[in-house]
Amino acid sequence: MKLMTKTLLSAAMAVALTSTAAHASLSDDKVKIGVLADMGGVYADICGKGCVTAVEMAVEDFGGTVLGKPIEIVSADDQNKPDVGSAIVRKWIENEQVDVITGLVASSVTGAVTQVTTDAKKIALIAASASNAFTTKQCSPYNAHWTYNVVALANGTVKPIVQSGKKKWFFITADYAFGHALEGIATKVIESEGGEVVGAVRAPLGTTDFSSYILQAQASGAEVVGLANAGADFVNSLKTAAEFGLTEMMDVAGLLVFTPNAQALDPAIAGGMLTTTGFYWDRDEESREWSARFKARHGAIPAMPHAGAYSATMHYLNAVKAAGTDESDAVMKIMKSTKPDDFFAKNATLRADGRMVHDMYLVKITKASERKSADDIFAIQSVIPGDQAFAPMLPECDFK
Amino acid sequence: MKISKLSIVLLGVALVAPFVMYPVLLMKILCFALFASAFNLLLGFVGLLSFGHAIFLGTGGYVTGYLVMNSGLSPLLGILAGTAAAAALGAVYGKLSVKREGIYFAMVTLALAQLMFFVFLQAPFTGGENGLQGIPRGFLFGFIDLSDNLNMYYFVLAIFLFGFWVINRTIHSPFGQVLKAIRENEPRATSLGYNVNDYKWAAFVISAALSGLAGSTKTLVFQLASLTDVHWHMSGEVVLMTLVGGMGTIFGPLVGAAAIVGLQNFLSGGELGNYVHIIMGLIFIVCVLAFRSGIVGEIQKIVKRNFS
Repeated sequence: MKLMTKTLLSAAMAVALTSTAAHASLSDDKVKIGVLADMGGVYADICGKGCVTAVEMAVEDFGGTVLGKPIEIVSADDQNKPDVGSAIVRKWIENEQVDVITGLVASSVTGAVTQVTTDAKKIALIAASASNAFTTKQCSPYNAHWTYNVVALANGTVKPIVQSGKKKWFFITADYAFGHALEGIATKVIESEGGEVVGAVRAPLGTTDFSSYILQAQASGAEVVGLANAGADFVNSLKTAAEFGLTEMMDVAGLLVFTPNAQALDPAIAGGMLTTTGFYWDRDEESREWSARFKARHGAIPAMPHAGAYSATMHYLNAVKAAGTDESDAVMKIMKSTKPDDFFAKNATLRADGRMVHDMYLVKITKASERKSADDIFAIQSVIPGDQAFAPMLPECDFK
Repeated sequence: MKISKLSIVLLGVALVAPFVMYPVLLMKILCFALFASAFNLLLGFVGLLSFGHAIFLGTGGYVTGYLVMNSGLSPLLGILAGTAAAAALGAVYGKLSVKREGIYFAMVTLALAQLMFFVFLQAPFTGGENGLQGIPRGFLFGFIDLSDNLNMYYFVLAIFLFGFWVINRTIHSPFGQVLKAIRENEPRATSLGYNVNDYKWAAFVISAALSGLAGSTKTLVFQLASLTDVHWHMSGEVVLMTLVGGMGTIFGPLVGAAAIVGLQNFLSGGELGNYVHIIMGLIFIVCVLAFRSGIVGEIQKIVKRNFS
């Protein structure tokens, strides 16, 4: 009897659901999210498993279903290799009914993946990549570049340092798409402010011995050494710089510093350094609440790609619900016409070119004496409004 | 007669396979099977362990990718150009390396491959870590759309069969007999009046060209040429495929490539994704310790023992 009532009840619910969602159409009766990230390499800390956790949280907070159909998550390790990443995404889309891709860390991988997603007309929610190419020369109607990009980093970090009178720069650059883009944009900012770049060296991704690069920086006669790299590369290069006394001789600017990397460094080395971030956990009540939940599951405070992955997934799911379908063009239209607003996205809008413009933050890495807890890593100095942080839209990338 | 029956069955399986399995995975297996077979021609039939063979795979890939993208070459001409480039590089590297034997040969090939790796890393046309992205698959003979996975699969299968036929023909020709003689006893082959180095060099060039063919095809399948294909890891992987499948057997590299690629594909999706390299290492150790002649080699032994 009990069983029967249950069956009747669920049947009634099913009828109710199908009638409310009568016009809704989901491909394969589910929404499937693919999380692609470096799970074990130099960028594992900044996205990796944490991005999977963040997406899981978004799905749970959304309710686990959309339009009455389940939301599934798959994840994979791209090993920071474009061929591995694009092959996985191709398989996901062609063979496993994945509807949307997020995570996306190394810009080289993202470049290859967005070719595949664009060809297949699937949305890529880029949570961790830095290169600005995905909304400029490789722009696509299916890209949504969420957390930050190199333009925001250069405008946020480099500009105030040049304006303070330090005009001669030297770059240690990660030798691939992201590093080249960051160095290029930063150079433009420096030159437009009347500074000059006296030299640059390119270090391969995953370099462990930075000594020869640091020696070149020392010999360059620059006032500021810009580290146009990220993740473990940033940590290793800054440590080497400190060991060689470079940090005493000249200023070192980390152009892209994620909280886990700053946390891994001795505050005596990194303390006082200015950098730009798209998110910091200890910003307001809302961000603290989400970050505490994230930390309880992941074991560490969120870096900006984690928050970005959550925010992007949430915005996507809301758009699927509003559109009544998971068809990419319809969903993207709603994503661009509604404003993302959550603990991460402040004063935010997803522009027609796929750039998510939102408030960025100029932060200072705290010194040991200023830290109240192990997670007290950044102190927010100022808020950079989105339109000042990001470059204006290119006319050829205006996808209405 | 027995072998041709087996071949017909295998061909039948290959023809229907894309309807059962994911075509891109099958194409990857075919490309690596060709690469491993080409490598096996050197290791299994001449006894030369080239430890830099990935450079021919990658050279073929980069040249094809660049020409198809920037010169608007048709896919077939692009593959021909990539194969020719790999053959040319093989001719030079072969000339330099066949003079040495054993471990010295392996080290010379590795060193030469690393030289070329650095060129590919730094040369602007390869795109460095990004690789060449978004290479169009194009139209075969101007009208068969290769962006369709099924069309592409049969194109790749045709290329694979051609390459496999060339290898088979080489092994069973008088030239192949001399190669095997060199493998078994080099001084004796010399004493019979054969110019051993010329034979080795010719086998090296054939192997390099077919590796280039595999790389060119792989580039079109994945629409991408990247440093992975020229890295020494890839050179190691092809050794693994050949040994697991069965060195010196015709079908061994094919089975080895299918086993390794299939395993990578299987593991990358699951919880064990982070341990791919450890598991492959264990398989390699078990193979070397327990099945010295690889999967196909062991099967052949069993067949011989019980049925003949």
